[in-house]
Amino acid sequence: MSATDDGTGGSPKPRLLEVQDLHVEFRTREATANVLNGVGYHVDEGETLAVLGESGSGKSVTAQTVMGILDTPPGFATAGTVRYRGEELLSAKEERRRELRGENMAMIFQDALSALNPVYTVGFQIAEQFRFRRGMSRKDATAKAAEMLDLVKIPNAKQRVKEFPHQFSGGMRQRAMIAMSLALDPDLLIADEPTTALDVTVQAQIMDLLDELRRERDMGLILITHDLGVVAEVADRIAVMYAGRVVEESDAESLYKRPAHPYTEGLMESIPRLDQKGEELASIKGLPPNLADIPPGCPFHPRCHRAEEECRETVPELHELRAGRHSACHFAEELISRD
Amino acid sequence: MTEPILQVRDLVKHFPVQQGVVFKKTIGHVRAVDGVSFDLNRGETLGVVGESGCGKSTLAQVLMRLEQPTSGSALFEGADMFGKKSAAELRSLRRDMQVVLQDPYTSLNPRKTVGDIIGEPFEIHPEVAPKGDRQRRVQELLDTVGLNPEHVRRYPHQFSGGQRQRIGIARALALKPKVIVCDEPVSALDVSIQAQVMNLLGELQSEFGLSYIFIAHDLGVVRHLSDRVAVMYLGKVVETGTEDQIYEHPQHPYTQALLSSVPVPDPSLRNRRETIRLSGDVPSPASPPSGCRFRTRCWKAEDICAEQQPELAVRLDGGELAPDAEQGHPSACHFAERNEHVVS
Repeated sequence: MSATDDGTGGSPKPRLLEVQDLHVEFRTREATANVLNGVGYHVDEGETLAVLGESGSGKSVTAQTVMGILDTPPGFATAGTVRYRGEELLSAKEERRRELRGENMAMIFQDALSALNPVYTVGFQIAEQFRFRRGMSRKDATAKAAEMLDLVKIPNAKQRVKEFPHQFSGGMRQRAMIAMSLALDPDLLIADEPTTALDVTVQAQIMDLLDELRRERDMGLILITHDLGVVAEVADRIAVMYAGRVVEESDAESLYKRPAHPYTEGLMESIPRLDQKGEELASIKGLPPNLADIPPGCPFHPRCHRAEEECRETVPELHELRAGRHSACHFAEELISRD
Repeated sequence: MTEPILQVRDLVKHFPVQQGVVFKKTIGHVRAVDGVSFDLNRGETLGVVGESGCGKSTLAQVLMRLEQPTSGSALFEGADMFGKKSAAELRSLRRDMQVVLQDPYTSLNPRKTVGDIIGEPFEIHPEVAPKGDRQRRVQELLDTVGLNPEHVRRYPHQFSGGQRQRIGIARALALKPKVIVCDEPVSALDVSIQAQVMNLLGELQSEFGLSYIFIAHDLGVVRHLSDRVAVMYLGKVVETGTEDQIYEHPQHPYTQALLSSVPVPDPSLRNRRETIRLSGDVPSPASPPSGCRFRTRCWKAEDICAEQQPELAVRLDGGELAPDAEQGHPSACHFAERNEHVVS
């Protein structure tokens, strides 16, 4: 479901969010970890960008920096820009950022149970936003909260607003989180591993719901995940992250057809497929680097099967190969043009 | 056909739900496992799939005798597993059956070195490796699972998640068991690491002739490693068959919905795939629906499904019991019907 086939005739949509050359360090007494080393990506209105990567690749830290909820200390954004509709956020005042959160951008998390407050009803937590940000009365706000629960297809919403998070099942909690994040009608939603803790049948329901809401509201969606299957079903564009960098960025279809970075290629070959019984899985050897001690040159070179001298010395920049296809590999051109 | 190494019949595990502080009163039962039967052949992998709460981990615990079953029987190499046993008998049973757990962060003692963790089984079973030989055996095991044998003195926190899972596997291998129960062994790992560990499990199986009971919620992972698969829903096996029968010709609506829910990593198939979406969540195993347990989420459900529990048997299309049980595979649905197009 790409933004261009919604009948807009391919005219470019306004840019919603642009992250450029973002650097974040985590400083601890023992060491400084370079968690982000020049991350850049963008999202347009109504578009789904999937940020794909393994643990420690920096995908969640980027999202936290965008939202302005990075724990400081230990995390410090040392360089780069984050622009929301052209407005620079990293240097913005906390008050302004607080205004934007909820109203313009919102985030949902993997673990909905710990993201909800156990001592307040679900309805109260959703209604809070209407009361404090819209100045509604308790009664009106609760009615609006019930509407929101209804929107995310929670059956019997009028009763459910009075219940506590522990009375909800895992899938319903995630729905309640989505209702809460959309309460003030933001146009950018960041979903950080929204379905990782859920069972597959429920995951499918939640992904359908997110996609439907995105389309209805023409919202930009950043979907952070490690699941290549989920990405293939909903993403318009994909940014693959490794060791705090975007190593490949592309439209979904071309990326799956022919990855332009050996890491992406390795990831794809490591998934056990449902539709085939394989023998040996091609795995990526070794481990992701220690972020306090990233190898020189291309950070992926110690695990890469095609690494050469150049890779050990020069960091490959993310460069454009074809329209809309970017890769940070010295041999990207070879990868993309082989049969 | 050789005799199965493990035969499980009508295994039931109910956990009492109690109320009251001093005078505990049992107010109900969580039917975690409710009548499960299967055979495990030598050198074979039986995959057990299902969503959370379907009882797959309780099944593992009962098979390891970490929980006493409520009823049912299991024969390991023809000998009863659950009857009253002397400590020595239990010890020898446990030597032959080992377990690999899901979370490599909590299943290794942080205060022990890797050498101690892997060597601990030898303390209990000194006959496997005499004292003087232990260090060498531990290093061999580390080498077998692809870790550096020189790291015996390191602690778990010095290893990554995938490496820790290898340590857990080495510990399970220490006593040369015949059966290893793997309870979600790769679900805490990143994809690239997951593939490494799955390949390792495959290699070890052919090298040592191990039988695996492989419990997982990831259907792709299960297909990759299993010879036969059992699909569980709310404490019952709803369908069982070879890997090919389950994935290519699933008969039970739940199996079909489960397979259909798994996202396929190929954007060109988007919107072209037939999808079955279940509504709602899995009901609580403390009060499962009457009759067929899947009926509350099933699009085929009729009156009979609420009244009569469908038994697990080989069925024709339409759900009738097949006269010739040699053809096809068992499923527990009144309206079982083959569906060849759910996976791709």
